[in-house]
Amino acid sequence: MGEVQERRPEPEEGQGQGRGRGQEEAPGGGNGGRFHPAYFGMYLALALILSYVETLIPFYVGIPGVKLGLTNLVIVLMLYDRGASQALVLSCARVLLAGFLFGNLSSILYSMAGGVLSLLCMAGARRTGKFSVYGVSMVGGVTHNIGQILVAMAVVESVGIAFYLPVLLVSGVVTGALIGVAAAEVRKRLPRA
Amino acid sequence: MKKGDWIWLAAVLGAAAVLFAIYMAYQGRGSAAVAVVTVDGEEFGVYPLDQDAQIWINGTNELVIRGHEADMVSADCPDQVCVNQKPASRNGETIVCLPNKVVVEIRGGQEAEVDQVAN
Repeated sequence: MGEVQERRPEPEEGQGQGRGRGQEEAPGGGNGGRFHPAYFGMYLALALILSYVETLIPFYVGIPGVKLGLTNLVIVLMLYDRGASQALVLSCARVLLAGFLFGNLSSILYSMAGGVLSLLCMAGARRTGKFSVYGVSMVGGVTHNIGQILVAMAVVESVGIAFYLPVLLVSGVVTGALIGVAAAEVRKRLPRA
Repeated sequence: MKKGDWIWLAAVLGAAAVLFAIYMAYQGRGSAAVAVVTVDGEEFGVYPLDQDAQIWINGTNELVIRGHEADMVSADCPDQVCVNQKPASRNGETIVCLPNKVVVEIRGGQEAEVDQVAN
């Protein structure tokens, strides 16, 4: 994880809501932008476990590429608690590790495109202040699918796959909403870190 | 949910509906699958899969198109390999009768190999 630790965390900008301080046991001690290896490692482990859990859930509706995107829950939480740059590192690290553990190189390619695009869009959406957690998560779900289908079109060199786009748009918004609900509930119960 | 959430939701669902309608219209117009029948390398005829038909091929084989599938239902050859083949409906699928040199190939329509790549 050397790559991860070299990153200088940027101070979090434009944090919308006040952070609850005075919870000494909470990792991070109230400063949203600080990088804490232990905290980061815990989130990365959580993301990896969710990647694995997702392979266990037979959530298959007949269309390839439709997945629950459970790990996006961790990414959304990280985005809100620690800011975009740490969430980006988390996303990339989890794609690489999960890819080598459960997938292959091409699945890394797809996940990386989807993960990076969705994270950038989610960070942008959050920054506008016009979206709640649900909306940010829906943005992530949809753009994740768009990123993957773009890679698929480049790999297969066929535009015909765009036929899946409407289905993937709808599935992205649905799974994004589910993840958004979950993220909002988790955030209510987590001590403000 | 903030207002922006609803706008995003509506925009995505709207875009999906519009794209879906476009694809449907595009697919219905012209890109329908056909069964191309060749005998001894020469084209015998082209038959759209969306019209039910019964085709006698040189009096040796009988091809039936029903429910967007092409199926060889009878042949005068002894082995009956082509009759026992599954009905063909996807792009690139073939039914071959070697003794009579009859080849039925499906062209256009649903791609058979996309599924494995896109996930």
